[in-house]
Amino acid sequence: MSHDAQVYVKSDAEFNYIKQKRRQDMRNQITTFAIMIFFTLIAFTTVAAGFSKYLIAPVILLLAAVQVALQLFYFMHMSEKNHNVPMYFLFVGAFFGFIFILTFLTIIWWG
Amino acid sequence: MSSIAQKKGFGATLWDYLTTVDHKKIAVMYLIAGGLFFVIGGIEAMLIRIQLAKPDNDFVSAGLFNEIITMHGTTMIFLAAMPILFGFMNAVMPLQIGARDVAFPFLNSLGFWLFLFGGLFLNLSWFMGGAPDAGWTSYASLSLASPGHGIDFYAIGLQIAGAGTYIGGINFLVTIINMRAPGMTYMRMPLFTWTTFVASALILFAFPPLTIGLFFLILDRMFGGNFFDHTMGGNTIIWEHLFWIFGHPEVYILILPAFGIFSEIFTIFSRKRLFGYSSMVFATVLIGFLGFMVWAHHMFTVGLGPTANAIFAVATMAIAVPTGMKIFNWLLTMWGGSIKVTTPMLYALGFIPSFVAGGVTGVMQGAAPLDYQLHDSYFIVAHFHYVIVGGVVLAILAAVHLYWPLMFNQMLSEKLGKWTFWFFFIGFHLTFFIQHFLGLMGMPRRVFTFRADQGWDLFNLISSVGAAFMAIGVIILVYNIIVTAVRNEPVGNDPWEDGRTLEWAIPQPVPFYNFRQTPLVRGLDPFWIEKQEGNKEGMTYAEPLSDIHMPNNSFIPFVMTVGLFIAGFGALYHGEKEWSIPVLVLGFAITFGSMAVRSLKDDHGFHIHKEDLMNEKGGK
Repeated sequence: MSHDAQVYVKSDAEFNYIKQKRRQDMRNQITTFAIMIFFTLIAFTTVAAGFSKYLIAPVILLLAAVQVALQLFYFMHMSEKNHNVPMYFLFVGAFFGFIFILTFLTIIWWG
Repeated sequence: MSSIAQKKGFGATLWDYLTTVDHKKIAVMYLIAGGLFFVIGGIEAMLIRIQLAKPDNDFVSAGLFNEIITMHGTTMIFLAAMPILFGFMNAVMPLQIGARDVAFPFLNSLGFWLFLFGGLFLNLSWFMGGAPDAGWTSYASLSLASPGHGIDFYAIGLQIAGAGTYIGGINFLVTIINMRAPGMTYMRMPLFTWTTFVASALILFAFPPLTIGLFFLILDRMFGGNFFDHTMGGNTIIWEHLFWIFGHPEVYILILPAFGIFSEIFTIFSRKRLFGYSSMVFATVLIGFLGFMVWAHHMFTVGLGPTANAIFAVATMAIAVPTGMKIFNWLLTMWGGSIKVTTPMLYALGFIPSFVAGGVTGVMQGAAPLDYQLHDSYFIVAHFHYVIVGGVVLAILAAVHLYWPLMFNQMLSEKLGKWTFWFFFIGFHLTFFIQHFLGLMGMPRRVFTFRADQGWDLFNLISSVGAAFMAIGVIILVYNIIVTAVRNEPVGNDPWEDGRTLEWAIPQPVPFYNFRQTPLVRGLDPFWIEKQEGNKEGMTYAEPLSDIHMPNNSFIPFVMTVGLFIAGFGALYHGEKEWSIPVLVLGFAITFGSMAVRSLKDDHGFHIHKEDLMNEKGGK
């Protein structure tokens, strides 16, 4: 599509709203970043502390799953508007992937 | 291509097509290349039917027969049906949604060249020591044991062509999500656009498993891998799963656009809006989704166990429901319509009973216990030809007639078109209907000959006669195309007089920038709405006339593809010829070098200025 150059003047309210929103976004990013570092510390600690393998594996997998979600929603901005279609495709793809892996496990390798 | 474009020399035209990024020209190239492969695949089919016309025939040897059936299947699916459908998607979909081009014109061109060179690579096997001979499914137990380079050509050729298809699919997805004209909401998109969208989503999810499978095969055959070799800890079944995880969605990638084409035809020639539009959309999405849940129904006899077979059998049956919804919607679209039986409509009318027959035998095979009887017999051959020829090929032939005026501003002869239809349609049923019974009588598929007096002689002869009928139909079509091209009578826009969607509203020949001003879409079937309101122009505009930004042509996609083509030969002769590694490196150097050039050199395209758009020249 083509557009002629347009000058758009923000109103004061709009300006303040956007400013506040950006501040909130930044805070979220940093919070998530801190949480992720904390998760990594937990993961390393469980291994270093020498817990049972049957505890370590599920804990790390759980942390990984949470991290993927945080990564997608906060760092890759999926929590924002207009991300419905990519989100839909991601979930469908993940679901298909899950089905394929489940099938391979159950009828090729375990069965 | 404006109406006053000057005549160009052959060299200039060739260069224009080699470098073009225009979706309309790429569509024409897809159509020509796909048509060529369709004819090659058709000749292979004729050879098969000649060989099987009588018992104990020695027209071709057993080994050559295996090569012919493999290449027939592979060519028809990967190099004929899909590219021709891609051609129509390219030609029609951007116009239907009111876009100037696809989202990534450069990638569009790259996708085409990858497909073409992959196809050429595969077909070069005929001249370089023998074609692949393990069937189009290329099951690893067969393909790893196959001598010569046939299978290597298959794996590398499909890898290159598959990359092109994948790029094309992503391109269509992005185009449909981002480039719809104002007012063109998802639920106002024409059905052909919807089916293109869902088929592209299937490509997005289905091609990676094929790519992985083919890489495993390439590694196993050429680079000492053991993914499928059970004596080395591999597992041959993994290929079957990977292939069918791709292969089943693949048949929906083919049939969904066909459904879209028929939906357009039914509405245009019944002169009614599509019955149950929203349920049509829902059914399309549902078929796409369920298409990923059923791949193991191709493998019932592998020994997956009763639980797995039962799950996949039930999932398979479920697909019959949305498909049935579509069939009833088409019937009800015609109900009470003012029907015009043109050539495309004739194909659409022939499609319904043919496809339903194919669907019913599909449900029969979906019942796992019965499948043990039907598996690997001619019943299977009959079934998949009923859905692919009775669905996809009829849709392609219908679309050739329907969209010819849109793509070339000429009308194919209706009279010859009807002759094509009747020869092809009768020949199709003659060839394949009787194969159901051959299968039930115990004739296995992929046999190169059979003994006399088993009750198969006459049926096989009838089947071969039918194939000749189909060939006559296609020859009439080719004649029709040549005559029309020579006569070259421009027909203008909306030649069918009842076009409903935006592609029929655009002036002919279509300007290279498509829409002078982006149209405003005020409902389903926007052109129909404008016509009903007496708008002579056929379009309401969403924006004032302004400069149009266009991409530059580029030769880089072609060079990039040639690099992969060369690298393919390097991989093929790995460990056999000493030049293989240097050639492999050279090929990749060309490809990655051209990628680097593309990335580092800014190409901002050009603008068509408002003043030029307003004068007679229309921007040229």
